[in-house]
Amino acid sequence: MAYQVDKKSWWEEFKQSQFWKSIFRHGAPTDKRNQSLVILSNVFLHLHPVTARKSGIRISYTWCMGGLAFFIFLVEVITGVLLMFYYRPTAEYAFNDIMALRDHVPLGIMREIHRWGAHAMVITVWIHMFRVFMTGSYKPPREFNWNVGVVLLVLTLLLSFTGYLLPWDQLAMWAITVGSNMARATPFLGHEGPGASLLKVGEVSLVHSGDDVRFALLGGRFVGAPALLRFYVLHCVFIPLAAAVLMAIHFWRIRKDGGISSPV
Amino acid sequence: MDAFKQFVNNISSPQVLVTLAIIFFFVYLKFVRFFTRTPVFLAMLGLFLAFCGVSLTDEHFRSVVTMPDNVPIVGMIFLIIFFTWLSLRKAVDNDIRMERGEPTFEASESKDKLYTWPHLVYIELLCMIIATIVLVVWAIYLKAPLEAPANPTVSPNPSKAPWYFLGLQEMLVYFDPWIAGVLLPSMIIIGLMAIPYIDRNPKGSGYFSFKERKWIITGFLFGFLILWIFLIILGTFLRGPNWNFFGPYEFWDVHKVVPLVNVNLSELIWVKWLGAGLPKFFLQREIFGLVMLALYFGVMPLVLAKTVFRKLYMEMGMIRYSLFIIFLLVLIALPVKMYLRWMFNLKYIVAVPEYFFNI
Repeated sequence: MAYQVDKKSWWEEFKQSQFWKSIFRHGAPTDKRNQSLVILSNVFLHLHPVTARKSGIRISYTWCMGGLAFFIFLVEVITGVLLMFYYRPTAEYAFNDIMALRDHVPLGIMREIHRWGAHAMVITVWIHMFRVFMTGSYKPPREFNWNVGVVLLVLTLLLSFTGYLLPWDQLAMWAITVGSNMARATPFLGHEGPGASLLKVGEVSLVHSGDDVRFALLGGRFVGAPALLRFYVLHCVFIPLAAAVLMAIHFWRIRKDGGISSPV
Repeated sequence: MDAFKQFVNNISSPQVLVTLAIIFFFVYLKFVRFFTRTPVFLAMLGLFLAFCGVSLTDEHFRSVVTMPDNVPIVGMIFLIIFFTWLSLRKAVDNDIRMERGEPTFEASESKDKLYTWPHLVYIELLCMIIATIVLVVWAIYLKAPLEAPANPTVSPNPSKAPWYFLGLQEMLVYFDPWIAGVLLPSMIIIGLMAIPYIDRNPKGSGYFSFKERKWIITGFLFGFLILWIFLIILGTFLRGPNWNFFGPYEFWDVHKVVPLVNVNLSELIWVKWLGAGLPKFFLQREIFGLVMLALYFGVMPLVLAKTVFRKLYMEMGMIRYSLFIIFLLVLIALPVKMYLRWMFNLKYIVAVPEYFFNI
């Protein structure tokens, strides 16, 4: 009995299904039309333009450092969320939670990836800035985006700085002590800063160790439990959110300012 | 071998290393076309690697370099060396092309348009995969360090800030915290932001070049490579207990004695030169330092605007020029103060401890 078997594989069949077509609204990106559609119809890919100048795509030109900095930021978000499952930001628990993470989680490398990723992000952001400088990519019309980038550089350092305290070991506490001691020398706002002693009413100093800018940062006169909580909240919520907003602006402005820079 | 180590340790001091770095920096940029040639680069890299390899046989050197948190900095050194070379090499190549009247490498390709899928997306994917592999392998082989639990009563010696701030901590040797810890970081941030508004040179946008942007690149690289990266390296690997300076093969002895012989400018002039006591009133006492600062930051910009920077001043206008000259003078003031310390043991140019105002 001659029975014609349908030659289409189940995969080809699946790609014709209503389910598949509800997700992908175009064919495989093998021709120009679909290469355009894949960029335009995907929320993540549409950060890119459909086409770009060959000079700007070259890795020897961009070094992919901005992209890598962003990618490592995403790695930090994911590993950071996983770490938050195990970590309580209190002076009683913080160190023990890190110990437990090391000793009780089999094959755990999330803290390692998070820590080395943090170093890597600082380095990639610096090299990205270096590349942008060396190609003159801060020049008009990209001045504002360079400024956004400088703020992102500062946020990157602050992210790393606030995260430094969280393991709550000697390295953490004293590195943050050394770092935050600078704040007490802020002119007028720190109690050992120039001019602070001029701010007084009668004999009462307005700026002292209990109300200066360092106190506001640490929630106390020294690096203690309130500082740990503050740094935790800044590290996990505030600075990442601020950085995310600025990254959105940064990427959007790349497109609006004419894409990856190239000779005029 | 021991003689070599002894020699390196003996000549290792901030003044020698910073001076060598500055000389090397300017010689490199002066002869950038020679130094960026691939064989020259590889030879120098080979020499540096040989130095590192030999040094690794030293127990102390090994223990400092392989500290888990120092490993990324070692990696960073090589990345910075590579990318500095790469960018200058590409810049020199473009300079030569332009001298011949040819378009830059970037310009020769900027007319071609490529589809970002697959050309760009593919590069990004590859970079992500490589970065992931590097991070995972790094994380498996190098455990994140964990020291003793935080104890506010026991301070480790040395106490170091996070590594990326060690350039600023190094500046604390020469400046008070309000300058090294507050003023300088603020000026770095504002100065970086000001670059596009100060550098009005329309050339060199969107391609690597050196000749067309010689001065701004020299200034930026001096700040980035010498005052930021190089001081981080000193602070990480060569600063030991009590922030004392140690040679690369020198044991970090907690009891190393370093004489504190620094004097203020006011003491130097009033006591040593004039043989008088220090005046009571701080304005009179610090008058010489204040005049020096006024000359440096007040009169010098005016003189420069009338002479060397005359053309620049005309092009820039007053506001741009003021911003530019302040950032430039501060950038120069940092090494100047360091050399004043090394040559004259000068502590403060202006010392008003009454108001925590020391410069």
